[in-house]
Amino acid sequence: MTKLPSRSLIFLVAAVAFGIGTVAAMALYANIAKRKMEAESTVLKIADITETTIDPAEWGKNFPREYDGYIRTADNAPARFKWSEGRPPEDDANAGKAPSKLVGDPLLTTIFDGYAFAIDYRERRGHFYMLLDQRDTERVKQKPQPGACLNCHASNVVAYREVGLKNGAAGSLADPLFSENGRKQLFTGWEQVNHLPYADATALVKHPMTCLDCHDPKTMALRVTRPAFLEGIANLAASSEPVPHLPSIEEWRRGDKKTPYDPNTLASRQEMRSMACGQCHVEYYFKGPEKRLTFPWHKGLKAEEMEAYYDETGWTDWTHKRSGAQVLKAQHPEFETWSQGIHARSGVACADCHMPYKREGALKYSDHQVQSPLAHVNLSCQTCHNYTETEILSRVDAIQSRHKAMLDRAEQAVVDLINAIEAAKAAGATDAQLAAARALQRKAQWRADLMNAENSLGFHAPAECLRLLGESIDYARQGTTEVAKLQMAARR
Amino acid sequence: MTRSALWAAVFGALVGSFAAAVGYTAHYARATSYLSEDPKACINCHVMNEQYDGWSRSPHHARATCNDCHVPHSSIFAKYYVKAEHGYRHSKLFTLNSFHEPIRANAASHAVVIANCIRCHEAMTREIRLAAPGSSAHTVSGGIDCIRCHAAVAHGPTR
Repeated sequence: MTKLPSRSLIFLVAAVAFGIGTVAAMALYANIAKRKMEAESTVLKIADITETTIDPAEWGKNFPREYDGYIRTADNAPARFKWSEGRPPEDDANAGKAPSKLVGDPLLTTIFDGYAFAIDYRERRGHFYMLLDQRDTERVKQKPQPGACLNCHASNVVAYREVGLKNGAAGSLADPLFSENGRKQLFTGWEQVNHLPYADATALVKHPMTCLDCHDPKTMALRVTRPAFLEGIANLAASSEPVPHLPSIEEWRRGDKKTPYDPNTLASRQEMRSMACGQCHVEYYFKGPEKRLTFPWHKGLKAEEMEAYYDETGWTDWTHKRSGAQVLKAQHPEFETWSQGIHARSGVACADCHMPYKREGALKYSDHQVQSPLAHVNLSCQTCHNYTETEILSRVDAIQSRHKAMLDRAEQAVVDLINAIEAAKAAGATDAQLAAARALQRKAQWRADLMNAENSLGFHAPAECLRLLGESIDYARQGTTEVAKLQMAARR
Repeated sequence: MTRSALWAAVFGALVGSFAAAVGYTAHYARATSYLSEDPKACINCHVMNEQYDGWSRSPHHARATCNDCHVPHSSIFAKYYVKAEHGYRHSKLFTLNSFHEPIRANAASHAVVIANCIRCHEAMTREIRLAAPGSSAHTVSGGIDCIRCHAAVAHGPTR
């Protein structure tokens, strides 16, 4: 072996350096090429998606990022307050279930006395669990529920259409959903399934809400597939309640109104980014013996407008076991509360905060891991609000802490009223004497319960939510005063 | 062939490959467009599409391009220094995919933009700037952030 001359050594080092440089330049080229490709093709069509493709994994072949987010709704989003905070874990029988709200907030057991929600009422979880949790809840197991429950907890478009076809609707599943045949199949099936026993209805479905429920399989355009929403929003449009946050309804009202308002043809894309969520995140009841799922929007979306509708139709969810009052159970009125807030008024849709745009390289897509915006303040809030994350979080915290403090007071006021009525009844007060106090319980409880059932702790419309809690406390305390007057009159 | 000639050939091939790889990558990435004034250069990497779309619908569209607001106009050195700094930073962040969402102007870029607001609107804003609390000869805007209130002027409606 001869020793390398020093000139050769310099050559060798320089050659290696240029070699590395060349590789680095090529790597950069590859990166730029990848980014360019990402920006150009957002979809690589692998699977053929049709109106009968229920399985989200099939859609996931073409839309892997959206599917990935959808599956991740199994991860529970952070919440500011949980009703279950600071309490010991439940027993083994409840392992794997969401924590019980009844254990975290014992007032609820009194508020829902005599109703299924006093048996089992748990924290909300991600979309992944919607069907599992519904099949699993003691409310459904111990109290028979109708098939109408399926409307929001399962991918039901195909199931409804199949039942519709069996019950005489014309055409086949190949018809576009909103063709005359498709629509008839959907509505007929839905009307049939609504009054089936829940156990029979849930056997018709396999998946929780999936892609098909919100997207057209050919164009991926957003759509509303739930008959109850289509009816509800048409009823809202036909009312005189101003809806400045839904401009297509205002536009329809200026027209000839010959055909009912139809979001699938009239709503803008931005409106659909809220209406798709409003198919399920709403207040509802099961109307008549046919258990027709109905949204109480005939007079408007505000708490007192829905209440006025219920009062007019004589609807009562149950008679309170302790007080004997005819009361209402609020569901999860996110669409209604959002409608009263500044974000809706400014044109911000549900999806803007809960499904913000994400970027992977040059590719931009909507995050399908639907969750609390607090999980990604940068993507959700900072797109419009030019403040630091700490500042934004402290603003949210202020709104939600105030709301929670008032909610606790409102629930306590309702429970105090229930106890007062119960005591008066035991002391011999008649139904006629208790009528006024019971009516006040209905009003107070409705408002407090709307706020308890609402998934935002007041954030969707802070001023409106505090108004409702203030009214709730006022009505409850008025009711307690009514009972005190009775007792004073009895003593004389 | 002598040993040194062999080394020279190998070395030459490597230098040539390197130059070709760099040159072609630069061409493919439209590197020279960054020297131009064309706003299209700013959407080479697509991340700025929204800003570009907003600008094309904005009131300033007819009068000002990206460079009018985003690079200094005090001297040609300042201009190219900022262009180079932006170019390096943006390409690094985009290649490593590590930028903040939504995109935020950093303090230095923000100062450049404000200075450019005043460059064109000097006379109109003079009284406002002098009346601003804490204003001094050293702060070009008198401490006022033009785009806090006039956010839609340059990038148009965002939704």
